[in-house]
Amino acid sequence: MRNKEVVRLLFELSRPGRRAVRWPACDVPECEPPPPEAVREEPLPLPELSELDVVRHYTSLATFNLAVDTHFYPLGSCTMKYNPKRNEKLANLPGLTDLHPYQPQASVQGMLRLLYELQQFLAEISGLPAVSLQPAAGAHGELTALLIAAAYFRKLGEPRCKVLIPDSAHGTNPASAKMAGFEPVEVRSNPQGRIDLEDLAVKLDDKVAVLMITNPNTLGLFETHIVDITRKVHECGGLIYLDGANMNAVLGYVRPGDCGVDMMHFNPHKTFSSPHGGGGPGAGPICVAEKLAPYLPVPVIGRRGEEYFLDDQRPDSIGRVRSFFGNVAVLVRAWCYLRTLGPDGLRGVAEHAVLNANYLLTKLKPILDVPYGERCMHEFVVSAARVKRERGISALDIAKRLIDYGFHPPTVYFPLTVKEALMIEPTETESRETLDAFAQALVKIVAEDSQVLQQAPTTTPVRRPDEVTAARHPVLKWTP
Amino acid sequence: MQEGLWYSDTHEWVRIERSAGEQVATVGISAFAVEQLTDLVYVELPKVGDQVRTGQEFGTVESVKAASSLYSPVTGEVVEVNAKVQDDLDLLARDPYGEGWLIKVKLSQEPDLSRLMDEETYRKRVSSQ
Repeated sequence: MRNKEVVRLLFELSRPGRRAVRWPACDVPECEPPPPEAVREEPLPLPELSELDVVRHYTSLATFNLAVDTHFYPLGSCTMKYNPKRNEKLANLPGLTDLHPYQPQASVQGMLRLLYELQQFLAEISGLPAVSLQPAAGAHGELTALLIAAAYFRKLGEPRCKVLIPDSAHGTNPASAKMAGFEPVEVRSNPQGRIDLEDLAVKLDDKVAVLMITNPNTLGLFETHIVDITRKVHECGGLIYLDGANMNAVLGYVRPGDCGVDMMHFNPHKTFSSPHGGGGPGAGPICVAEKLAPYLPVPVIGRRGEEYFLDDQRPDSIGRVRSFFGNVAVLVRAWCYLRTLGPDGLRGVAEHAVLNANYLLTKLKPILDVPYGERCMHEFVVSAARVKRERGISALDIAKRLIDYGFHPPTVYFPLTVKEALMIEPTETESRETLDAFAQALVKIVAEDSQVLQQAPTTTPVRRPDEVTAARHPVLKWTP
Repeated sequence: MQEGLWYSDTHEWVRIERSAGEQVATVGISAFAVEQLTDLVYVELPKVGDQVRTGQEFGTVESVKAASSLYSPVTGEVVEVNAKVQDDLDLLARDPYGEGWLIKVKLSQEPDLSRLMDEETYRKRVSSQ
């Protein structure tokens, strides 16, 4: 049984005079009191608790988590892959954690070498030779690359204002385009779920700066016309940006640069097993073609003979996008992952990610509709539209009920091009037994009474948060 | 759905009224659109005096599921904005063709009805989805 008492707010658990520590009497001379105008009129209203109150409170809250370390976590589009513990251990070595960014470069040669090597690994994987590790997240990488594109066209003297974005893209794509000063223009999907080439042809002109493409796309489908698409954009003088969110599916098999892509970002937390942020630091390194290299943000990690250095003598650079060297601790984990797996291991990641997704897709096809594709890459989208129409069971109901069965729900209602979407991405590290158990849970859930599902989850401390009221009338501050 | 209204591909409706040589269009979103969006949490509308153009974005409607752009079915100047809807989003669900209207536009050019659907055509289109 869970003790609901200990997870009430700390303010509610507070009792006057209760405390964790009783200070000994002061045995040093007291200093001058601060001037009266600097002293609070009332003491801070901090909760008063014993040490045990606090420990039980936080330990209990921690047990409510659904995490990849405790639960299958098939959150499509987010690649919640397992974070190997060796990466954590290595990234926490004091030689790496005790560095200071203001240290002389001669004294951080090891770290600079590691980052330089990571640049080279990413260049090799992407097929794009120039790399910046600076961006602090995937969307930041998008913005940085679009600023590079803007600088490139400015230098050419070409006023290009449009960025083409498929309707199945992540919402960050149009947001980044807008922030970089471009006008986002939507390109439709065809009935097969891929970019509609006719619509692309209509929208492609000499005002198009960049086409942003996600490949495989958010339906888990490979854009089979990628080479044709990049050629057409290049013929109009535009550039191609690849959203690297789904690189897990093609590692070691497809190099975006070889397909004509000019710029891309990686999400180390999706592809190279660094932890998902949870609000913490991320990283979104970008790789660009040779002709865009002069515009990369500074500093780039360079090498002269045996010496590694921060190169900020780059007159065409768009400038700094992040302090110091970027979020180094995340990048260290990515380096560890890459060095551990090597090229063959990385290909194995893509193979197993795609195999697991197709295995699960085949298992789920008899119970839920799959609007696009007989086969998928690393993820797939099923639709609950039919069960909603026939039995009143929505994608949200199914997702909530999965929590009762001990599974983290998949992504729901994305991409927007699929009704009642459930977007499932098992990742490469899951066993056949786990995939079978998940499929079995879904079989059971879809057969359950709709009223049971609409009440789900029943096993969590909070049932269904009132999202509507939370969004319309957010209460952001605790008041007694 | 209601008669006398024209509907766009992107699920806005428009009612055009002529008086004293001027054409004023009332614009809203269809009951189908409101249903698809699910629970609305926010609507962003233009200001009185703003110019809107056919096919271009004039605002945003946000639900717990997604944020969607609103596209103008007509070209002209915004002469009135429904402040009541912004305070009470449920109006859109309760009365999408009446009290749930969004903006009124004084037309600066003839509306392009060939781009819009009548009630019958729109009904067929959404029932096939």
